[in-house]
Amino acid sequence: MSTQSTRLASRIMVAPSVIVLFIWMIVPLAMTLYFSFRIYRLLSPDRTGWVGFANYTWFFKSPEFWLAISNTLALVLGVLIITVVLGTLIALLIDQPVKGQGVLRILVIAPFFVMPPVAAMIWDNLFMHPQNGLLGAVSRAFGAEPILYMEQYPMASIITIVAWEWLPFATLILLTAMQSLSSEQLEAAEMDGASALNRFRYIIFPHLTRAITVVILIETIFLLGIFGEIFTATQGGPGSASTTLPYMIFKQAIVAKDIGRAAAGGIIAVILANIVAFFLMRSIGKNLDA
Amino acid sequence: MGQITLKQVRKSFGDVHVIPGVDLDINDGEFVVFVGPSGCGKSTLLRLIAGLEDTTSGKIHIDGKDATDLPPAKRGLAMVFQSYALYPHMTVRKNIAFPLKMAGMNPAEIDKKVEYAARVLNLANYLDRRPGQLSGGQRQRVAIGRAIVRSPSAFLFDEPLSNLDAALRVGMRQEITELHQNLKTTMIYVTHDQVEAMTMADKIVVLNAGNIEQVGSPLELYRRPRNLFVAGFIGSPKMNLIEGAEAAKLGAKTIGIRPEHIEVGSGPWSGTVALSEHLGSDTFLKVDAGELGIMTVRGSGEVNVHTGDRIQFAPQADKVHRFDANGLRLD
Ligand SMILES: Nc1ncnc2c1ncn2[C@@H]1O[C@H](COP(=O)(O)OP(=O)(O)OP(=O)(O)O)[C@@H](O)[C@H]1O
Ligand SMILES: [Mg+2]
Repeated sequence: MSTQSTRLASRIMVAPSVIVLFIWMIVPLAMTLYFSFRIYRLLSPDRTGWVGFANYTWFFKSPEFWLAISNTLALVLGVLIITVVLGTLIALLIDQPVKGQGVLRILVIAPFFVMPPVAAMIWDNLFMHPQNGLLGAVSRAFGAEPILYMEQYPMASIITIVAWEWLPFATLILLTAMQSLSSEQLEAAEMDGASALNRFRYIIFPHLTRAITVVILIETIFLLGIFGEIFTATQGGPGSASTTLPYMIFKQAIVAKDIGRAAAGGIIAVILANIVAFFLMRSIGKNLDA
Repeated sequence: MGQITLKQVRKSFGDVHVIPGVDLDINDGEFVVFVGPSGCGKSTLLRLIAGLEDTTSGKIHIDGKDATDLPPAKRGLAMVFQSYALYPHMTVRKNIAFPLKMAGMNPAEIDKKVEYAARVLNLANYLDRRPGQLSGGQRQRVAIGRAIVRSPSAFLFDEPLSNLDAALRVGMRQEITELHQNLKTTMIYVTHDQVEAMTMADKIVVLNAGNIEQVGSPLELYRRPRNLFVAGFIGSPKMNLIEGAEAAKLGAKTIGIRPEHIEVGSGPWSGTVALSEHLGSDTFLKVDAGELGIMTVRGSGEVNVHTGDRIQFAPQADKVHRFDANGLRLD
């Protein structure tokens, strides 16, 4: 496969797709960069010109920005922890031979098919709503005041909703990984005197590390950009309590109609995503090597 | 100690009765081989002894104590799996140390035992490799190493050599035999390889459809097969089984004669050679002997016979096995 001529041929053949992908990426990036250094407000279109780093410094000076960064990281971390931990436990459970296994698995996977705004509506209105919600009813049944989830714990509520959506994904990947573990390995460990807990710790968990890495990487990519749930459930509020970086950029672009600032926010988001990716690959990327 | 007794052990999966009831005594220090055709329940029986399957009914005693309901780890047995079942993410050292670590042994002592096992099994140079970086034979040795460090009262092997090539198989076969001579620990060994069974066993257990057909030393089974199944199963090439008039002459329903117990040259039987295989040391002939059917005959390497030749041959009189209508041996 790696004679000189085949290597050259393969390069020529992948070249068109690489070129298209490169243009596809570089044009929007270049335009965003360009706008981020300019005044570009839709409400005052006559004012144009270069502003240097003013759009950027506006973000760094805004207290909302630092809150948005920490909210974004809290969302990513919170959902990752919940989905990986619960996903592993649920995968362990539904890997057991039980009656109605097929139906059970479909039930577990179902939330993944619900679109983000719908998921947010379901949680907002059917679970967390103080009057109509199930959790409110439970609180009242215990004689307590219903908790105003979206007002008092907006970030925790968003994390719960997103985790609910992504739990099936994690469960599914971890379940397939678990099923690829040879039963003889577990039996050997059992004969070697390993308790159920030790079998998990020394045999199942190491076997799962690669799948967990995949779950973390893929989820991180999507979680950094979570928007629909916030827009539907809390509108980034109360105040900016549940504003994340993407939501803040949205507010600059669509609410304040300041394209220049939104572009600067976009560039900051790209840099943040790359920092996260760098640390992720540093810390867990080696798990992916065969 | 490693004395194992099975009393009326049964095993069913749903309504499939895989083991309909087995009684077996295995003495301390014995090398016992389970043989039988594929699907006859050899692995199941081994797993029952190991505790990896629950018995449907019956009792398993290990060293005189009832072990029927003991979990695998408490039975003091070690098993070597066909697929080796090594832990892929651990080094060879950690693999071998695993059972000791689970037993809570202190690290210094673990190291000593691992070093010992590595020396016995020629693994010293590979201790820091992962199983994925070892050859099949080396992996097999690691699996055995993991079994011997625990000093179990018996070893269970489930077709441990079936993934190895022929040459390596011969080597490992001798290593396991030597290991048995050194450790003098009970070993139960499942195989469907004739040669492994004949060369390694102190005692062979022939299984058929979950039933024990015969238990005995390799030569006992070879010389005095208890029934038609054992007669046909033990020995290679297979024993010739003849029914009809020729058998009736000797007062039997069926008579059996091994290929190596037939003299070529003269005699009462004759036939046309359908196939002759010259192996150098031996010559195997497939002879179409009319009434008697197709017979396999072993001649010496010098026999000069070719396909299509007509030959005369005769059984060695004292080597003819006779069986009654139920397939049982007549004496
Ligand atoms: N978990 C199970 N559920 C149902 N049937 C089973 C199960 N395990 C084994 N069997 C059946 O039990 C019978 C004996 O199986 P076993 O694995 O003991 O055969 P074996 O003698 O080891 O065969 P081989 O030489 O091919 O390994 C087979 O007919 C098999 O289909
Ligand atoms: Mg088997």
